Amino acid sequence: MAVVSDKVSMSNMQIIRRRTSPVFDQGFRWASYGSALIVLAVLAGIIGTMVHGGWPAFKEFGFGFVTSSIWNVGADQYGAWVAIAGTLTSALIALVIGVPISIGIAIFLTQLCPSWLRRPVSTVIELLAAVPSIIYGMWGLFVFAPLFAKYVQVPLSNIVEGMPIIGTVLYARVPSGVGMMTAGIILAIMIIPFIASITRDMLDQIPTVLRESAYGIGCTTWEVVRHVLLPQAGVSIIGAIMLGLGRALGETMAVTFVIGNANRLSLSLFDPSSTIASRIANEFNEAAGLQMNALLALGCILFVVTFIVLALARLLISRVKTH
Amino acid sequence: MSSTIAVNTSSAIGNAAAADTTVPVRIAVKNLNFYYGDFRSLKDISIDFYDRQVTALIGPSGCGKSTLLRTFNRIYSLYPEQRADGQILLDGQNVLSPSVDVNELRARVGMVFQKPTPFPMSIYDNIAFGIRLYEKLPKSELDGRVEEALRKAALWDEVKDKLRQSGMGLSGGQQQRLCIARTIAQRPEVILLDEPTSALDPISTGKIEELIEQLRSEFTIVIVTHNMQQAARISQFTAFMYLGELIEFGPTTKMFMNPSKKQTQDYITGRFG
Repeated sequence: MAVVSDKVSMSNMQIIRRRTSPVFDQGFRWASYGSALIVLAVLAGIIGTMVHGGWPAFKEFGFGFVTSSIWNVGADQYGAWVAIAGTLTSALIALVIGVPISIGIAIFLTQLCPSWLRRPVSTVIELLAAVPSIIYGMWGLFVFAPLFAKYVQVPLSNIVEGMPIIGTVLYARVPSGVGMMTAGIILAIMIIPFIASITRDMLDQIPTVLRESAYGIGCTTWEVVRHVLLPQAGVSIIGAIMLGLGRALGETMAVTFVIGNANRLSLSLFDPSSTIASRIANEFNEAAGLQMNALLALGCILFVVTFIVLALARLLISRVKTH
Repeated sequence: MSSTIAVNTSSAIGNAAAADTTVPVRIAVKNLNFYYGDFRSLKDISIDFYDRQVTALIGPSGCGKSTLLRTFNRIYSLYPEQRADGQILLDGQNVLSPSVDVNELRARVGMVFQKPTPFPMSIYDNIAFGIRLYEKLPKSELDGRVEEALRKAALWDEVKDKLRQSGMGLSGGQQQRLCIARTIAQRPEVILLDEPTSALDPISTGKIEELIEQLRSEFTIVIVTHNMQQAARISQFTAFMYLGELIEFGPTTKMFMNPSKKQTQDYITGRFG
C-alpha cells in the first residue's frame, strides 16, 4: 500500500513539474533575451539622440567641425580640434607615464616582493582604483598643481626657454600648475591600478616551471622578466593597456579640474587645454541652441574616437595572437 | 603484478651500458640537509655522482629525489623559505657556498623539467638565447652552435626548415627535446633531468631515452624518475630514496638484481610505493 501511494505521489510530482516548466522556461528565455535587448536599445537610444542632437552642428560646419580649432561661444563658431587633440594627448601622456610604472609594479609584486609585503601593496593598489575621480580632481587641483608649478614648471621653463622644440613643448607661459601635463599625470595615476592588477594576474598565471627553466639556464631576474615572462604574457598586457586607455579617453571629472579648460590650441604641454569630456562637462549646463548641438556632436566624436581605439586594440591583439 | 615488473626490469637492465666506477667523481654530496621552512626534507645525504654516467634517483613521491636534484643548481634559492646545508662539491668546489655565482653555476649545471617549457620565441632563439647570455659569438658561429645542439638533441631534421617559427608550435616530445637542446647548447658539465618524460607519450619517451643514452658520452646526467623500468633501461647507477633519506646507492644492475636493503627490494618489486 505504501509503495503504491509513493508511486502516485511521484507521478503527481512529475506532472506538476511538466506543467510548470514550459511556462517558466519560456518566461526565463524571454527575460534573458529582454535583458540583452535592453542594453542594445539603450545603446541605440544614446547614439540616436547624440547623432540627432549633434546633426545641426555637423550640418552647419561640415567636416570643418572636426578640423577647426576655434570654439567661440559668443560668435557661435564651433570646432572640435582642440578638444580632440587634448583628449588624445592627455591619454597618451597617461599611457607613457602609467604603463611602465604599472608593469614595474606587477613585476615587483610577482617576482621580487617579499611575501609579507605582497598583500599590503596589492591592497593599496586596488584601493587606488576605488578612489572616486572627483577626489583625484580635487587633490590634483589643490595639492598637486601648486607643487607641480613650483617645483617642475617654473624651474623647467627657465631652463628650456628659447630652446628649439622643447623650448615650446615644455615652456609654461603661465606656470599655474594646471594644464595638459597635469591632466596626463593625474590620468596616469588613475589608470595604474587597472593595468597593474591585470598585468600582475597575467604574470601570476605563467607556470612556475617556465620561470624556473629560465632561471635554470642562468638568466638574471631582469632577463627572465624581459625575455620570457613579459613576452609570454604579451597579448594580455596589451589588453590591460587598452582598458586603461579606454578609461583615460573618457575620464571627465578629474580632468576637468586640472586641465585648465582653455579653448586655445597650444603646443606646450604645460599650457591649459581641454578634452572632449571636460568641455562637455563645463558647458553643458548653460548651453542652448547651436552650442548644445556642438556639444552633442563632440559627444559623437568621443564615441567614435573610443570605438576606433578599441577596435584597433582588438585588431592588434588578434594580429599578435595569430603570429 | 609485482613479479611482472620485476621480470620486465631485469630484462631491461641489459640495454644500458654497465656502471663504470673507475671514472672520477663529478659531484660529491656530503651531509646534505634540506629544509622547507621548518620541515627537514633531506636528512644527511651523502652520495657521489660519477663523471659521464647516468644516475637515476628513484623512490616514492615526496621522498626528496626532486629536492635533491634542485640543490645541484640551487634553483631552490628562488624561494626564500627553502635552504640547504652541507656540501655539494662540483669538481671540488662547494656550490652551496654563498660566493658561487648562481647564474654561472646554472650554465654549468643544466636542468630539464617535468613539462616542456619552450620560451615564447622562435625555435632558433630558444637555443641561441641561452648561448648569448654567456658568450658573444659572431652570427655564423652562433648558427653552428644552434645546429650542433639541435643535432645532438635529435631534433635538427624535424625543425631545420622552420627555425624562425615559434617553439610553442612543436609537439610535446619535440618541445622537450628543444629544452634538452637548449640545455646542451650552453655546454654544461652536468645535466639534471626532473622526470623529463612524465608528460610525454611512449614514442616520445623512447626518443628521449635514446637521446639520454647518447648524451652520456659528453655529460654527467642525473635523472629523477618515477618509472622504474626507465631507471633500469637508461642508468648506470641508481639511488633509492625514502622519506628524505638515501636508503641505497649502487650500480643499477646490482640495485635491481640484488639490492642489499629489504626496502629497496620491496620498492623495486612494487610491494610498496
